[in-house]
Amino acid sequence: MFGIWDLGFGIFPVTFSSMSEPDRKLLSGNEAIACAALDAGVALGAGYPGTPSTEILEVFSSLGGYAQWSPNEKVALEVALGAAFAGARAVATMKHVGLNVAADPLFTAAYTGVTGALVVVSADDPGLASSQNEQDNRRYAVAAGLPMLEPADSQEAYDFTAAAIEISERWSIPVLLRVTTRVCHSKTIVQRRTLNRPAAAPHYERDVQGRVMIPTYARLAHRRLRAKLAAIAQWSETAELNKVYSPGSPGGELGIITSGISTMHAREAAPAAAVLKLGMTYPLAVGKIARFARSVKRCLVIEEGDPYLAESIRAAGIAVDAQPEMYRFGELSVERVARILANDRSAEPQPAKGKPPQLCVGCPHRLTFETLRDLGCVVAGDIGCYTLGVLPPFEAMDTCVCMGASISVGLGLRHVLGEEQARRVVSVIGDSTFVHSGITGLVEMVYNPPATGHVVIILDNGTTAMTGLQEHPATGRRLDHGPAAQLSIEALAKAVGVPCVAVIDPISQRDRLRGLLEESLANGRLNVIIIRRPCPLAAKRIRQVQPGQS
Amino acid sequence: MPDGVVNIVVVGLGGQGVLKASDILAEAAFAAGLDVKKAEVHGMSQRGGSVRSDVRFGREVLSPMVPAGRAHFLLALEDSQVEVNREVLGEDAAVLRPGQIDISKLNSPRSLNIAMLGLLSAHLDLPVEHFVAAVRANLPPAAHGANLAAFEYGRSLK
Repeated sequence: MFGIWDLGFGIFPVTFSSMSEPDRKLLSGNEAIACAALDAGVALGAGYPGTPSTEILEVFSSLGGYAQWSPNEKVALEVALGAAFAGARAVATMKHVGLNVAADPLFTAAYTGVTGALVVVSADDPGLASSQNEQDNRRYAVAAGLPMLEPADSQEAYDFTAAAIEISERWSIPVLLRVTTRVCHSKTIVQRRTLNRPAAAPHYERDVQGRVMIPTYARLAHRRLRAKLAAIAQWSETAELNKVYSPGSPGGELGIITSGISTMHAREAAPAAAVLKLGMTYPLAVGKIARFARSVKRCLVIEEGDPYLAESIRAAGIAVDAQPEMYRFGELSVERVARILANDRSAEPQPAKGKPPQLCVGCPHRLTFETLRDLGCVVAGDIGCYTLGVLPPFEAMDTCVCMGASISVGLGLRHVLGEEQARRVVSVIGDSTFVHSGITGLVEMVYNPPATGHVVIILDNGTTAMTGLQEHPATGRRLDHGPAAQLSIEALAKAVGVPCVAVIDPISQRDRLRGLLEESLANGRLNVIIIRRPCPLAAKRIRQVQPGQS
Repeated sequence: MPDGVVNIVVVGLGGQGVLKASDILAEAAFAAGLDVKKAEVHGMSQRGGSVRSDVRFGREVLSPMVPAGRAHFLLALEDSQVEVNREVLGEDAAVLRPGQIDISKLNSPRSLNIAMLGLLSAHLDLPVEHFVAAVRANLPPAAHGANLAAFEYGRSLK
């Protein structure tokens, strides 16, 4: 198929590639986003690894794009924002909870806007396949005041990434691209396109009132933001991002309003229903929604997660039915949508429990958790493979909240507990997580030391293992595994003023670990114990990229 | 198939090659010109836990996940995972188990996933050359010989 083809977002012409066969592929949503970023001339992708978002930047890099892991999502978003201030097209990727870390720049980037394009990918995890909560980041679009697009499959992941870049450039505003686990990690057929809009060469134009958010300028910026959103809402009324599937004649019995992957489940479960699929879930095309709702006898909102659409649509004065509260928990599926359609509120069948994941047989973290268990420690834990230390046979973790919380939560426990219990509190954090958001906790420990001292264990396996062996600043390698400056965790700990810093190998020095931990618990001082041994899964790859190293 | 879509669920434990087998299956169906969707969950499952991958193909596939009671085939690389996934089986669904493969006939026990895929392929109306091409495309050249032999062995068992 050749010739000019309007992508449907009504902004810029797009053509099908002349090489249609090789360009039609079975891709995951993440791969499709990476391909679109490449095809649309994205100059920089930054992020922090997090399931289900991780592969986007890895694939973008492998295709020849410039991608980097930043220490955390806040830094990644700020780097991408700077690139977009300079007129480039930039992408920042993260999992849903990563957007919490990046929320500070996000909200004010909505005010500053961008010169080039900025797409912020939020990969949500309804059902908690690999996360600590199932927050619904559609709420961020409303809270920050940023347009949000929600693709339903890999083709849309590709098309909507391109559309997000177009919208971002047209209205000089960052755009949120919200994907979910089943969009990120499902493979569906994608036709890549030739996106006929070369990126402008980066160039900085001074715009002090637009970029420096002192109150005087920010008040004006807030008004500009609301005006942009009003214009985007108007545009959204006719944009093909919002699509109606009407299998029958107009005036049908049932209409469903939905978005993202839920559209697929709904269309399969209710093949006779008319479906309004909202590709842009903020700002909402209220007029289009109202007309759709009027065109059917019963209009039902089906959505995964929070009742965001149902509440917003009702708040706009449109009468719609919402699904029962029980379906806000977990992922939707064809069978759960069928239950919603039948208004079935009976208890759902519990799926049989599979074999839970566990720390690998040769995992160097195992000894640490055996020791913590045997010493009866109160363990403030953190996010990573080692969170599995909570499960049998270790059961050696007492808290796990968010990235970096181990150190600060451990300090809080130490401050208020009686001496006997306080002396058993240990914070356990991984190397990547430490760099992500443990450093400020360490500064806090030195600044506000508990009376009983503290013990921080940094499990340094030389990789971001949980998400699939990504690099970070302390591995000394970049996202593409090429060499980089290496952050020394022990030098950093000493530099912030931690008096007792030890490094131990849990394999060659395994007999010393218990003694070291007992001494540290007893000495009443501030201790950082770095337990260092590469993840066996990463070691093989490291040998390939850096011969001669472990 | 009544709704025109073939539903296959591949299950096993982390490290057994569930995702590799489902990738090859999905690509074979794609090469045959069909609409294809494949769903799985990454992350925690990679630490030795239960792994499940759904592959659906036909004229038009909507949800990427096989609904409960609708699978036509359950390809189990590990016996223990059949019970765990029983809810997905449709009426007359075929359950293919590792016991149907004589491991001693394989060059490497690691090719069990490909041998099982060969067994499944004999039940499907997809050209065998698409499977062969997908095996080649998804595995390193050094592994082609052993895995194509495993595929052929599995396919001969029906």
